[in-house]
Amino acid sequence: MIRRWRPSGRTGMHELSVCQGVLRQVAVIASEHQASGVESITVRVGPLSGIEPGLLAQAFPLASAGTVAERATLIIESLPVRVRCKSCGAESETTPNRLLCGQCGDFHTQLLSGDEMLLASMELTT
Amino acid sequence: MCDTCGCNITPGNKHLVQAGGKLARTQDGKAAVTVLKNLLSENDHQAAHNREHLDQKGVLAINLMSSPGAGKTTLLEATIDALGGDYKFAVIEGDLETENDAERIRARGIPAVQITTGNACHLDAHMVHQALHQLSLDGLDILFIENVGNLVCPASFDLGQHRNVTLLSIPEGDDKPAKYPVMFRAANVLVLTKTDLLPVLDDFDPDKAERHLRELASEAPVLQVSARKDQGLDGWLDWLRAERDAHRHRLAQGETLRPAIQPDGGRLHALKNESPPHSHDHEHGHHHGHEDV
Repeated sequence: MIRRWRPSGRTGMHELSVCQGVLRQVAVIASEHQASGVESITVRVGPLSGIEPGLLAQAFPLASAGTVAERATLIIESLPVRVRCKSCGAESETTPNRLLCGQCGDFHTQLLSGDEMLLASMELTT
Repeated sequence: MCDTCGCNITPGNKHLVQAGGKLARTQDGKAAVTVLKNLLSENDHQAAHNREHLDQKGVLAINLMSSPGAGKTTLLEATIDALGGDYKFAVIEGDLETENDAERIRARGIPAVQITTGNACHLDAHMVHQALHQLSLDGLDILFIENVGNLVCPASFDLGQHRNVTLLSIPEGDDKPAKYPVMFRAANVLVLTKTDLLPVLDDFDPDKAERHLRELASEAPVLQVSARKDQGLDGWLDWLRAERDAHRHRLAQGETLRPAIQPDGGRLHALKNESPPHSHDHEHGHHHGHEDV
């Protein structure tokens, strides 16, 4: 019985595995639309997603080579970190490691934006 | 993506991905498609399978995350020693290399599967799925998944667990929650480990660590444990017992639980843009054969 193995085709940079995951989704969607190519891929990545936009951009040409998206432009949109206070209801913009209410300083807040990791849209050649 | 049943296209999203769905022609004849899916939706789907499977067997799955050397395996050893008579445990170990941690767990008579990731800096749901197939889940109370020691990457990947435990050892310093907000925001409980070193490393202020955690809008409890000196273990064991009982209760109500790893902002944003919620009226279940370890 094998209890130990090495998953194949993985690399140390988690942005590369994220990129490969995105491209598999892109391939499915492109084939659903019988697209011959992908012109652009727009993703939304917030500072609290754990994904570094610079590394994602670097990983993209490596991961997309030989796929339907190899000529695609990767567009990365980032949104500010915003919270809504559960105590006073105020909404404020803040930094990733200080998710306190900008009005009253309470830490009981809900994150409104800043942790997105979304495949938002694609432009296809059909 | 689901390799087994092809369920990644759901009744909830198929109108987006099928031709004639939310599709608009741009002026130059290209097709623009709105997708609004999580970048990691492939992983999330596998994670949902894992969770469903664990739920069917009544198992609570706990993901342990920390820096390398913070004491994850030592905490597990102490937990097994304290509760091994009452609860049935199994462990999945993630490391870049070596079988060392799994051997430490097996030495205590607990089934353990070692995943060696090579260069990968985190476990993902697919790796955990493969490991689950090498374990017998029957009669299991708690499955611990000891993630790769790393304060960055593991926080972004749902494995199918129900709870995240983040460890912070005293030598690492009390400002780690401020430095690694993504990781510490994902914690359902923060365990300060190696607290027997507090008298020596007196620049570590547990209150300060907690303050940094609160600044991430986290209400997670903060526990202090020295597994080696057997200090503060009761708080941790009580938390585990309460979580396991709460999980059994949830399952009896037909409910389950996802850890704090999924981005709320992303979901809210998707809703704002009228993306349909992820529908789960399709079946995730498929036949699982499990070897006994």
